[in-house]
Amino acid sequence: MNKISKRKLLFDQSITGKVGTTMPSMDIPAQKLPDSSQLREELTMPEVSENEIVRYFSSISQMNFSIDHNFYPLGSCTMKYNPKLNDDIAALPGFNDIHPLQDTSTTQGALELMHHLQILLAEITGMAGTSLAPMAGAEAELAGMLMIRAYHRNREDFQRKKVIIPDSAHGTNPASAVMAGFEVVSIPTDKNGNTDLDALRSVVDDTTAGLMLTQPSTIGLFDTNIVEIVNIINENGGLIYGDGANLNAILGKVKPGEIGFDVIHSNLHKTFTQPHGGGGPGAGAVMVSQRLVEFLPDPIVTKIKDNFDLTKPSKSIGKMGAFHGNFGALVRAYAYIRTLGKEGINSISEDAVINANYLRTKLENTLDLPYNRICSHEVVFSAKTIKEKYGVNALDISKRLIDYNIHPPTMYFPLIVDEALLVEPTETESKETLDDFIYVIKQIVDEAKTDPELLHNAPHNTPNKRLNEALAARNPKLSWRDTQVSS
Amino acid sequence: MNKNYQSTYTPNTPEIKKEMLKEIGVSSYEELFVDIPEKYRFPTLDLPAPTSEFDLKNEMSKLSNKNSTPGEFSSFIGAGAYRHFIPSVVRQITSRSEFMTSYTPYQPEVSQGTLQAHFEFQSMVCELTGMEAANAGMYDGATSAAEAALMACRINKNLTINIVDGVSPLYTDVIKTLTQASGIEIIQNDLNSVLKESHEPPACYVIQQPNFSGEIEDFSKLSEIAKLNNALLIVITEPMFLSMYKTPNHYGADIVVAEGQPFGVSLAYGGPYAGLFACKKQYLRQLPGRIVGETVDTDNEKGYVLTLQTREQHIKRDRATSNICTSVGLIALMATVYMALQGKVGLKYLSELCYHKAHYAADKLSKLNGFEVVNNNFFKEFTLKCPTSVKDINSYLHENKVIGGYDLSSESDNHMLLSFTEMNSKDEIDNFINLLAKIN
Amino acid sequence: MYPENLKYSEEHEWLLEDNGIATIGITDFAVDSLGDIVFIELPDKGAQIKQFTTFGEVESVKAASEIYTPISGEIIEVNEKLETEPELLNNSPYEEGWLIKVKISDLSEIEKLMNSKDYENFVNNGN
Repeated sequence: MNKISKRKLLFDQSITGKVGTTMPSMDIPAQKLPDSSQLREELTMPEVSENEIVRYFSSISQMNFSIDHNFYPLGSCTMKYNPKLNDDIAALPGFNDIHPLQDTSTTQGALELMHHLQILLAEITGMAGTSLAPMAGAEAELAGMLMIRAYHRNREDFQRKKVIIPDSAHGTNPASAVMAGFEVVSIPTDKNGNTDLDALRSVVDDTTAGLMLTQPSTIGLFDTNIVEIVNIINENGGLIYGDGANLNAILGKVKPGEIGFDVIHSNLHKTFTQPHGGGGPGAGAVMVSQRLVEFLPDPIVTKIKDNFDLTKPSKSIGKMGAFHGNFGALVRAYAYIRTLGKEGINSISEDAVINANYLRTKLENTLDLPYNRICSHEVVFSAKTIKEKYGVNALDISKRLIDYNIHPPTMYFPLIVDEALLVEPTETESKETLDDFIYVIKQIVDEAKTDPELLHNAPHNTPNKRLNEALAARNPKLSWRDTQVSS
Repeated sequence: MNKNYQSTYTPNTPEIKKEMLKEIGVSSYEELFVDIPEKYRFPTLDLPAPTSEFDLKNEMSKLSNKNSTPGEFSSFIGAGAYRHFIPSVVRQITSRSEFMTSYTPYQPEVSQGTLQAHFEFQSMVCELTGMEAANAGMYDGATSAAEAALMACRINKNLTINIVDGVSPLYTDVIKTLTQASGIEIIQNDLNSVLKESHEPPACYVIQQPNFSGEIEDFSKLSEIAKLNNALLIVITEPMFLSMYKTPNHYGADIVVAEGQPFGVSLAYGGPYAGLFACKKQYLRQLPGRIVGETVDTDNEKGYVLTLQTREQHIKRDRATSNICTSVGLIALMATVYMALQGKVGLKYLSELCYHKAHYAADKLSKLNGFEVVNNNFFKEFTLKCPTSVKDINSYLHENKVIGGYDLSSESDNHMLLSFTEMNSKDEIDNFINLLAKIN
Repeated sequence: MYPENLKYSEEHEWLLEDNGIATIGITDFAVDSLGDIVFIELPDKGAQIKQFTTFGEVESVKAASEIYTPISGEIIEVNEKLETEPELLNNSPYEEGWLIKVKISDLSEIEKLMNSKDYENFVNNGN
């Protein structure tokens, strides 16, 4: 297809008189319309025919990489296969078409599913209670931190204003902690990739509300000092918030609740496969220890005799959205857990960790390995040596991977690793795919030696070459109308 | 445990894994988990056995049939989520793997499809709301309202939010949750007292149009007060209403938020939905969420990127405008395809159709003995005062395959909020009215 | 390597003193490590600022960094051109890309700053 017309916005394709869809009939007598002073004069929307709309969206969609088409080893994002069955179950009319404010006596099937999912997630994480209300991982983080705040305030322990967060944490952690009213204290990671215990001890005191900890961490390592960390925080009256972003690595292998975590959230769209949809929607269940159950977000599903109902916990931090959470995502997560069952859930972490360690072993002489030890579900490499030797950086390598139809790994994160390339293969990739990836990385490193320009200019076969992000930010054009004004 | 279990989602067989473990240099997978303290390693996991696709589909089908489903029931409930017709193209396009199974477009060269669609969405939201700039989507309407209030507090360096009566209590609850730890004071009062009583200027006035009871209010005086007080005017509204009525910029809105669900998104028991969030350009730097911008590549070809990213949590961390880390991309895409299909003519027709249906029903209901339509000026939703408790009426309606209105009894006894869309046929509406007529 | 007529702070700001008035900017080292500058947030004229505290923010595509003042005083002029042309900071950090002019309240504070040689050493030692 002609590149130019494919990139033409619907607004620019619009021709007066074209119609995109048919209209339901008017089966009632017309009523008196309000005074025209109340009505809008003009609504600018594209006028394009239905078949043109289908072709337009189908062709722009082909400019995307996606899990169904490409290996997508994005570290910390758990880009695993999204089972099609889950979408079909979520689309059942009895789930897809019910209204959130129907009387709960008329939505018993939905509530039963949510109730069972609460139990399954609590069992998997070893916690006492679950709320499915948060609509994303970051919202679950906020819910968790608000619960920690409410817990301390309920005990009239008002001085606990400080939350400790390791420097390897995802950016949502400090952002959520601040939204929950805390000051953030950042602590370093030691040379083995564990939390620096001395640094931790030096900042913990009776103003510490808690610690936010991702386990395994964003560098793909399980902290060998975990018990010590929990003790240090607990002895000082703080609580442990577990960021469950990397739950995929430990399913059935350890329960955070048993170690002493007070909160853990799960990004259901990662570990329990909600399609990522080009950036959402997700869902963020939050699980808590017994002492936080009464603070859970509103609502939780409770069962009395054989009836299910939506209930507000006694000291709830409140509602996280207008309704009861992203139910469509909850259905998918539930279908996933039920499909896999005990054996399947156990095999996820096993296969994910084998895959990551296989990549680590096979590429340890090709890229730098800042933490050379057994990794978890993901492995962080560094392009530091290659950059020093050939002037080719992590970005160049990533962009070159695109030419081989592989999605780049997460780059320049975690921030504590120079020229970081964070690779998470997930359990749904075969050994053959991993072998291809290993081959391609070695190939690219060879290219870096012989033809660095090839990498600097990559990717070569995409609809766009590298884009000018500075221009976009200096002169923001954020809508079709903006593009009309300046041209 | 079944030792022979092999998940259909994991392609590596025990033999292949054995080979991989050998390459790694360990003899069993258990050795890969040695970093977990032994005491806590390999706990018991009490989960059900695996289920086949066939069995699970049957089971879920039965479970879903326990719900009373609009479509099978005629339904007149709205209150922030509305049942509208969704053309087939919406589901077909948004089910494409390229849209459905791609990640956030951080790598623009392999995400132009998502980025271009987001750009269309932003453009459409700007046109619909009459505002200058829009982000790529928020979780839902309620969290958008809360984020708008937080945004106003940052802009005006003022920690007071004035929520004017008429804002959905469901939204007010969410604003309270999301602002509870920010030292923010929330004032709730009615429009008259804001207009008449002198008060310390707040960071913003939050209003809803039409308000929760369905009434379309005149906010022109409030707009003047907001200007005088240097306070932002945040308008919560509804997209089908915007398709027919004057946009909030006509009465001075600084930020407009709305629940995007009515545009092509299934009810799905409350989510996932998409929040629409638009504002004046001068506030761009304080806008939460993702924003897509147009730019050019090294060949000077047009393309799209995520822009103004320094506002976001992955860069500014504890100083970010919000912790939000999604744009509910797929849901925003549903709304985008929906708006494209309806176009300017369709949206006008549909919104008027909803208007006619609601007013047809209101006219008939107001003639029923014991019932009273409370509103003077409304769009597709209005409040009905009933002769007896809404709970009783609704359970009687349910026996007759009708889902009644939203029970407002927590605010006023015997009041229900009724919503009408193109999905309610004349027969359905007449049947509903006949059922109510039998109550007295 | 760094202009000799300027004084430097550890936060990579430069200062040019002339008759009690300081012109303040950020060094090309800082600009280079940030990359393409896309936005600069500065206070209004008339604001009082205190040495080594933050007074603004500079943003590139993928980083945001606070700016610290090397001197105390009252801001008497702000480089308004930067609002529309943030790239001046990349193209001309020591001239067209200046940020603010300050009426210095305590000239002795300049002694706490580095000369160009010391700053060069400071940078080369990995700061």
